[in-house]
Amino acid sequence: MATTSRRVLMLAPLGLAAAGGAGFYAMLRGMGSGSYDPKGVPSVLVGKPAPAFVLPALDEAGVPGLEDSALRELPAPVLVNFWASWCVPCIVEHPQLMTLAREGVPVFGINYKDKPVDAAAFLARRGNPFQRLGRDEPGRVAIDWGVYGVPETYILDRKGIIRWRWPGPVTPEVLAQDIRPLLRRHA
Amino acid sequence: MLRRIAFAALLLAGPAFAVGLPSEMLQDPAQEARAREIGRELRCLVCQNQSIEDSEAGLARDLRRIVRERVSAGESDAQVVAFVHDRYGDFVLLRPPFNAVTAVLWGAPLLALGGGVLAIVLSRRRMRSALVAEVAPLSPEERARLAALELIEEDKRIS
Repeated sequence: MATTSRRVLMLAPLGLAAAGGAGFYAMLRGMGSGSYDPKGVPSVLVGKPAPAFVLPALDEAGVPGLEDSALRELPAPVLVNFWASWCVPCIVEHPQLMTLAREGVPVFGINYKDKPVDAAAFLARRGNPFQRLGRDEPGRVAIDWGVYGVPETYILDRKGIIRWRWPGPVTPEVLAQDIRPLLRRHA
Repeated sequence: MLRRIAFAALLLAGPAFAVGLPSEMLQDPAQEARAREIGRELRCLVCQNQSIEDSEAGLARDLRRIVRERVSAGESDAQVVAFVHDRYGDFVLLRPPFNAVTAVLWGAPLLALGGGVLAIVLSRRRMRSALVAEVAPLSPEERARLAALELIEEDKRIS
């Protein structure tokens, strides 16, 4: 009895270290594959409809502005992309948004804290993937969405429920591994 | 001398807050103090280990402004915090709330304390039982050896 309890006590630190090691290994692997981000802020909006908002259009873009009523009943799932002309990762993700737009996927944009001239120049140079584009120059609507940096991309299902949020650029990998399966699932 | 004075001034200086611009601060000092108190509990989501009061990030400035707007509109501290919490979740609170996800976080010190107390109790009990443990009676052979040794000792003393 005494010897078994002593053996258990001696093994306890080893077991603790092993459990900790396994946990840290899982975290590191997740960080490597991108499935775990210790600095990530999980969105509270996932599973909920978009918050109420009305944003004016960017005249030069030639597409209507964006408001929450346009995100209620939808013929297909949509992407809502927060971007700015001053945001470097937004340049990285732009070709992927253009690809989706060419395929007919509705991509809606919210231009965050940008000057209309700069935003228009960005779209003129790189193309406009947005079917609708709202200007959020004060950045208040972004705060209502829980945006903490640009770019951020959301996928809403046909009922207008937010199903997915990606903080960071839509790389070709994100497009293939996350966005396409989600669009299929919610089609 | 000048260096000493400068050093003393450094020691006396209070903590620096990012809210330096008078235009950002509320007119009413009591409301401004409340806004700072609330802001110190809210994490800047860009820099993450600073509160929105300490950060120069654009988002932190926007959140500071929102906190001040809501304070001056007469909302309670809890209402102001709830507004930000509703948008950014538990992560924005520098003091995490107790729930299923954070239970381990809050419970860890108690677990460590309990484990330590248990270890102390166990080791003390073992020590006491070792002291009190009955010594096994001598076997006949041991008795014989002891008697022989005592005889030798006695012989030495006599001679």
